[in-house]
Amino acid sequence: MTGWFQRLKTGLGKTAIRLTQGIAALVTKRKLDQPMLDELEETLIQADLGVATSGKLIERLKRERFDKEVSSEEVREAFAAAAAEILAPVASKLAPDPRRKPHVVLVVGVNGSGKTTTIGKLAHRWKADGLKVMLAAGDTFRAAAVEQLQAWGQRAGVPVVAGAAGADSAGLAFEALERAKREGVDVLAIDTAGRLHNKAHLMEELAKLVRVIRKLDPSAPHDAILVLDATVGQNAHNQVEVFSKALPLTGLVVTKLDGTAKGGVLVALADAFRIPVVAIGVGESADDLRPFEAMAFARSLMGLD
Amino acid sequence: MFDGLTNRLGQVFDRLKRRGALTEADVTAALREVRVALLEADVALPVVKTFIDGVREKAVGQEVLRSVTPGQMVVKLVHDHLVEILGGDAQLATGVTPPAVFLMVGLQGSGKTTTTAKLARRIARRERKKVLVASLDVYRPAAMEQLHQLAKQAEVSATPIVAGEKPLAIAARALEQARLEGFDVLLLDTAGRLTIDDELMAEVAAVRDLAKPHETLLVADAMTGQDAVTTAKNFNEKVGLTGIVLTRVDGDARGGAALSMRQVTGKPIKILGVGEKLDQIEEFDASRVAGRILGMGDVVGLVERAAEVIDKEEAEKLAAKMQKGGFDLDDMANQLRQVRKMGGLGGIMGMLPGVAKIKDQLAGAKVDENMIKRQEAIIMSMTPRERKDAKLLNASRKRRIAAGSGTTVPDINRLIKQYMEMSRVMKQMGKLGQKGIMRQGLGSLFRR
Ligand SMILES: Nc1nc2c(ncn2[C@@H]2O[C@H](COP(=O)(O)OP(=O)(O)OP(=O)(O)O)[C@@H](O)[C@H]2O)c(=O)[nH]1
Ligand SMILES: Nc1nc2c(ncn2[C@@H]2O[C@H](COP(=O)(O)OP(=O)(O)OP(=O)(O)O)[C@@H](O)[C@H]2O)c(=O)[nH]1
Ligand SMILES: [Mg+2]
Ligand SMILES: [Mg+2]
Repeated sequence: MTGWFQRLKTGLGKTAIRLTQGIAALVTKRKLDQPMLDELEETLIQADLGVATSGKLIERLKRERFDKEVSSEEVREAFAAAAAEILAPVASKLAPDPRRKPHVVLVVGVNGSGKTTTIGKLAHRWKADGLKVMLAAGDTFRAAAVEQLQAWGQRAGVPVVAGAAGADSAGLAFEALERAKREGVDVLAIDTAGRLHNKAHLMEELAKLVRVIRKLDPSAPHDAILVLDATVGQNAHNQVEVFSKALPLTGLVVTKLDGTAKGGVLVALADAFRIPVVAIGVGESADDLRPFEAMAFARSLMGLD
Repeated sequence: MFDGLTNRLGQVFDRLKRRGALTEADVTAALREVRVALLEADVALPVVKTFIDGVREKAVGQEVLRSVTPGQMVVKLVHDHLVEILGGDAQLATGVTPPAVFLMVGLQGSGKTTTTAKLARRIARRERKKVLVASLDVYRPAAMEQLHQLAKQAEVSATPIVAGEKPLAIAARALEQARLEGFDVLLLDTAGRLTIDDELMAEVAAVRDLAKPHETLLVADAMTGQDAVTTAKNFNEKVGLTGIVLTRVDGDARGGAALSMRQVTGKPIKILGVGEKLDQIEEFDASRVAGRILGMGDVVGLVERAAEVIDKEEAEKLAAKMQKGGFDLDDMANQLRQVRKMGGLGGIMGMLPGVAKIKDQLAGAKVDENMIKRQEAIIMSMTPRERKDAKLLNASRKRRIAAGSGTTVPDINRLIKQYMEMSRVMKQMGKLGQKGIMRQGLGSLFRR
């Protein structure tokens, strides 16, 4: 427990330290006036919270503290509380229901965000939980994407359904679901090729994949997870918006939070879309997937604890 | 979701239009909007500040009040300044004594392997060079396999995979192979790494010391947020960069990271990745990326639109004046000056409400610039009172003006006649509306 939290904080630490220094430099017990609020707003923007969400947090601080003497600590506490309040309703987790035989998890996202790796990590966890797991190599496009997922399958000791390179990914998913049903699998995770949301034909391809697997199980996919890279800036809004139109998203996974990137965009996304965050990625190893905890995340982000 | 700079500045322009002139407060107001737009485009805050200061400095140096359309200038200044900062030598060092060594570095999943193959293919085809690629990524599952498959697609050679070999050893072997087998260019793909991972940063620094690359390219995602500054700064400090590759430019991200990284490293952006396929790579184009960051695809179009709007208002003011019969020679001089400034008759046509369509008619009137200059000179040689009231111009005054402006009395008479005509037609325009002018033909206004 301490291990991962420490790790998250080391990663977030850099972010947090900078954020803290920024805020501390601005506020050392002085009267909270407009110029000061403007600068605080910039500090939040710098954490990728975006202009709208930063404005909202600043408004709140203004309401509560305007014209009062405030310290850096108080400001950070206030921001953390406000961020946690926004994040708390979206803090969630992936809970595959084995009675579905299989519970189908579809994993989507832009290129390189960490889909395949996240599936590898999930496979590990589910396997450790005693579930019967199967993976489908739905990325039939990218060079060696199949081999990459196969390597993860091998590590976790779970079967990977794969087709020929360039094969139809919807067909492959259908085939995998058929096999999973036949073999009494508890959870099936389907990897997909990275795709930029502004490419309509690629989004339609996802919609088609969903239509096709619903022929076998009208309730599938039971989870549709969008994987976001923590380094992403405001474009994350477009990603969530467009992906959620193409298929019924049930959750987000934010990866690479072990880096220097600020997880701030998550606050903005929670604020704007209210889509659950089901896990965070804090490294490249199998056990580097963590639950998302709103308060811990918010406090870490603001350099508290 | 986010307002582009176009919208934001549109609002500022509205304000400017009402005021008629650009004050320093206006510059500040406009730059405040620019600031927010840049932040929404993911330009890092410190970079935004430096940028705004740079623009302000230029704006203050310019005589903004003399500009026909002050708002136009702000957009132009912002855009031009951005292009200037983003620009740089995008040349790749392929021409050195072979083998030219390229080292590709970056965060996880940024597009290093794909870009390595794209560059290999491009250099092999365009420059007809013998290209070798090697993967030093011993960590990510199937990373080496990926580069090998891509090399095959790109029809370039790849250093064979030896199981269990360390990155530094692979680099040494690839260098050896490149020298022995006479390759012109060697591209070294590396594993994705975080800049706070000291061990992996030291590893890539060791590769650099061994391979002494001619190009060390940071491959970074166009969707990157504020962190771009940290990443670029750290890679530049710890590994030393010669340039930047921006990937996923085929997405819809505003790409402010480009400005952040360019500014903080001082290293040029050399290549754009515009798709997943190997031929989807482009040379860096500063003005294209600038337009994106500012959220306006077509700056020129915007500027033209802005010009149209603002001039129209001036023309409307003028029309109102004329309607009341208040059009004097000062107004005429003003018009002539503008005609000259805007580079011809197209300009003055645009200033008259709704007459753009009969531009062609005017073109037939054959008015040259010298004539306009001469007419200006004549008006300038008049006293302020004469300019207010043309009826004062008797024979002796005309002789004085002719001498003062280096023209002849017939020239003066022609000008007065033209002024009377203009005055009359303008008055009619007020009465008849645009249709009246259309019927009459504007060519008469400028007849010699
Ligand atoms: N540091 C860190 N790296 C990660 C994390 N998750 C994934 N990665 C790395 O990010 C890179 C991309 O991950 P992939 O899983 O291949 O991403 P993807 O979304 O499947 O990529 P495409 O299929 O090409 O679109 C790899 O180098 C991973 O090891 C994380 O949480 N932390
Ligand atoms: N749309 C688009 N996708 C790209 C571009 N460049 C790379 N990609 C995709 O981004 C994903 C990751 O690319 P890679 O080349 O594997 O990235 P990498 O930096 O080598 O990743 P790691 O080795 O895991 O750190 C793949 O799905 C590529 O197809 C680009 O310019 N546009
Ligand atoms: Mg993948
Ligand atoms: Mg790679």
